[in-house]
Amino acid sequence: MLSRVANSLYWMSRYIERAENTARLVDVNLQLLLDFRSLDDEALKAHWMPIVQSSGDDELFHSQYPKATGKTVTDFLVFSPNNYNSIYSSIGQARENARMVRDQIAVELWEEINRIYLYLNSPRAKKDWRDSPSDFFHTVRNTSLLLQGLTDATIVRNEGWFFIQAGRYLERADKTSRILDVRHASLPARGAPGAASQTDALGWSAVLRSCSAWDAYKALHGAEVQPALVAEFLLLSDDFPRSVRFSVRHLNTALRRISGVHEGRFCNNAEKLAGRLLAELQFSTADDLFEVGLHSYIDVLQGKLNAIGEALFQAYIFQPFQTPDENELRQQEEQQQQAGTSVASLP
Amino acid sequence: MSSRKPASSPLAELPEPFRKYDVGNFFDEMLQADGQVRPHYRHFLEHFAKVSPEEFEAKRSAVDLAFLRQGVTFNVYGDSQGTERIFPFDLVPRIIPAKEWEHLEAGLVQRITALNLFLHDIYHEQNIIKDGTIPAHYVMSAKHFRREFMNVQVPRDIYIHICGTDIIRDDKGQYLVLEDNARCPSGVSYVLENRRALKRTFPEIFEAGGVRPVENYAQELLKVLQHTAPTGVAEPTVALLTPGPYNSAYFEHTYLARQMGIEIVEGRDLVVRDQHVFMRTTKGLKPVHVIYRRIDDDFLDPTVFRRDSALGVPGLVNAYRAGKVSLANSIGTGVADDKVMYYFVPRIIKYYLDQDPILPNVQTYLASEDADLKYMVENLDKLVVKAANEAGGYGMLMGPHATKAERDDFRKRILADPRNYIGQPMISLSRHPTFCGDEGFAGRHIDLRPFILYGEKTSIIPGGLTRVALRKGSLVVNSSQGGGSKETWVLYGNE
Repeated sequence: MLSRVANSLYWMSRYIERAENTARLVDVNLQLLLDFRSLDDEALKAHWMPIVQSSGDDELFHSQYPKATGKTVTDFLVFSPNNYNSIYSSIGQARENARMVRDQIAVELWEEINRIYLYLNSPRAKKDWRDSPSDFFHTVRNTSLLLQGLTDATIVRNEGWFFIQAGRYLERADKTSRILDVRHASLPARGAPGAASQTDALGWSAVLRSCSAWDAYKALHGAEVQPALVAEFLLLSDDFPRSVRFSVRHLNTALRRISGVHEGRFCNNAEKLAGRLLAELQFSTADDLFEVGLHSYIDVLQGKLNAIGEALFQAYIFQPFQTPDENELRQQEEQQQQAGTSVASLP
Repeated sequence: MSSRKPASSPLAELPEPFRKYDVGNFFDEMLQADGQVRPHYRHFLEHFAKVSPEEFEAKRSAVDLAFLRQGVTFNVYGDSQGTERIFPFDLVPRIIPAKEWEHLEAGLVQRITALNLFLHDIYHEQNIIKDGTIPAHYVMSAKHFRREFMNVQVPRDIYIHICGTDIIRDDKGQYLVLEDNARCPSGVSYVLENRRALKRTFPEIFEAGGVRPVENYAQELLKVLQHTAPTGVAEPTVALLTPGPYNSAYFEHTYLARQMGIEIVEGRDLVVRDQHVFMRTTKGLKPVHVIYRRIDDDFLDPTVFRRDSALGVPGLVNAYRAGKVSLANSIGTGVADDKVMYYFVPRIIKYYLDQDPILPNVQTYLASEDADLKYMVENLDKLVVKAANEAGGYGMLMGPHATKAERDDFRKRILADPRNYIGQPMISLSRHPTFCGDEGFAGRHIDLRPFILYGEKTSIIPGGLTRVALRKGSLVVNSSQGGGSKETWVLYGNE
């Protein structure tokens, strides 16, 4: 498979997953606000800023908006073309990557990506979002799920598929950890947190909902939301499909299917790092998390996930030659029509 | 029918939406001058009459929407938003009976055969020049003549593998060649997509229509590409080289690559080592043997042509010269596109095949011939003037419609650089009924671009891209200038 194609499939999948996670996160937190009685600027800020911080974009946010309110934060996370991680940008990137590999993906998949892209670019999207944010986010989330279903159902299980899987699970592990980190301010720096206050409990259930984990958690632990159990569930659950451990296991499998190297061995750094992280997660308990403190643990975890992504790029995609300036490239691609390449050459 | 009172006009017999149709002073593809339906349109009209205007409108917008959703679009340049537009598609098909198609086919095969012999000759012995059939300076000064490419042996001596020749009909219905596109002609994906769209829209018309299929184009193209593989390569790897996603024809590139089941590559995916071409894959370098390139000569290899090319592959031309990789189309085929060379094509056919051209050219004046130049500068109000190497309807003067200032400007340009200009009388292109919004069905000017494949055998998909000038009175069918497209049906029979 062409390195460039592998790269595009990987990022297409990551960006779709990213849009879905952001949609869920914003939706849940908008709804959560409805449960609070009255909120002043400070309280709003305390509510929204951790969410902006969770994607690491707080500086960018402050450069564009004076205050953190539901409106500014959702605008930033949903429609802002200036925020590289907004839903709008993520879908645009997913679509651009899909466009580059149109010959590799099923028509149905392409059409669905194109449809959500056209929708987000239409005035109707903003109207839907104003009229009923919940329905709007529902559309984004469902499209992502539909895209995953289409991918599952139409893509041949070749290398390209495993790059898609790798992108999806790497993004998911990262996002789950970030969503969990949103509430870290209510936790002790070290040691397991005790029972949560009523307000905190709402916040922690929002974390679960942001990961579509509420029902699964309830089935396991009952309706009482305990921060320690939530953290353990989202990080270490063996069979919940959005937990970090589950995601890393699938990431690891995908990497090994790409290279054909067996479990327990490795042929490149991506496999080494992914295998090692998986082993750590498999041999960890909740106590191990809280010993270093949840926030610190997540910080280290995210560093490791980044390193895996970087190593994957080095192993399969990286091309040791200069990539031309994007503008120059674009100009030259366009110039080709001058020579009669377009449909447009009659007089 | 015979019991009926003779109608005042044959138009009364037509389906309702066509009853006010005005043929005007043009050759109309569907209706004769007296309003009678040409025989090969009868079947279509009978079925079409059953479609109500509301139904038609609904089908039309469904097709537009489908194209947008599928991304059957072209990119609009000079627009920082990277706007993509659909190529407007008119649902009334243009129909060509078998007999006319055979004539076209014979003419096109003759033309591409002669052009390939011509290209081989001018890049080798240059007999046609030595014999004085074509003055040397015309060839040597052609913008796309590649000196670097003299005496290179190209696989199977084929230069133009894929040709898109533009054909028009004049006011008498005579088919004329307007130009050859022998570099990277595009538009074939619309031929295939338009057919799919129309089949979805009017399945019942196709059932008994006797329309020849176009679906096997990609297979034929792949055969041509494989046929030209370097000697000794049993199972060649074929790839399509695209400039990239910003190119206007990118949709077509991905479409064809997928249909053929080959890789679509950009310049940066390829690397040349020891005169062999490889693509960079996740498993290392893999050899490539045949490249269907959709980028221009100029950009192909920065070590030979434009140094600043970001799209090309350093060393590619060397690999080609060494016979380790094949290119389709070959390098330097642009000479055959030169509008001055167009003037000589009838002579080229005569010279290499000893035949008269089956499809005539449009009468053409060469500004670099003294007599022609005099006629041109004195009669600019009667002529269409074109720059020799421009495309897309640029660098052109429509004399009869131009202002005096525009004509004066062109006169200066022609006198300053006669080699670069040709003149042609204004051809009254044939018209075809086309849906024109509030105006209903009205006549609009059309042309035709068939796609010719030249490999082990020469094949032409029965049909081609019919472009239509949607603006009232306009003769310009370019997509960049308000043109649209139509389905082209070639029938098994004559009616």
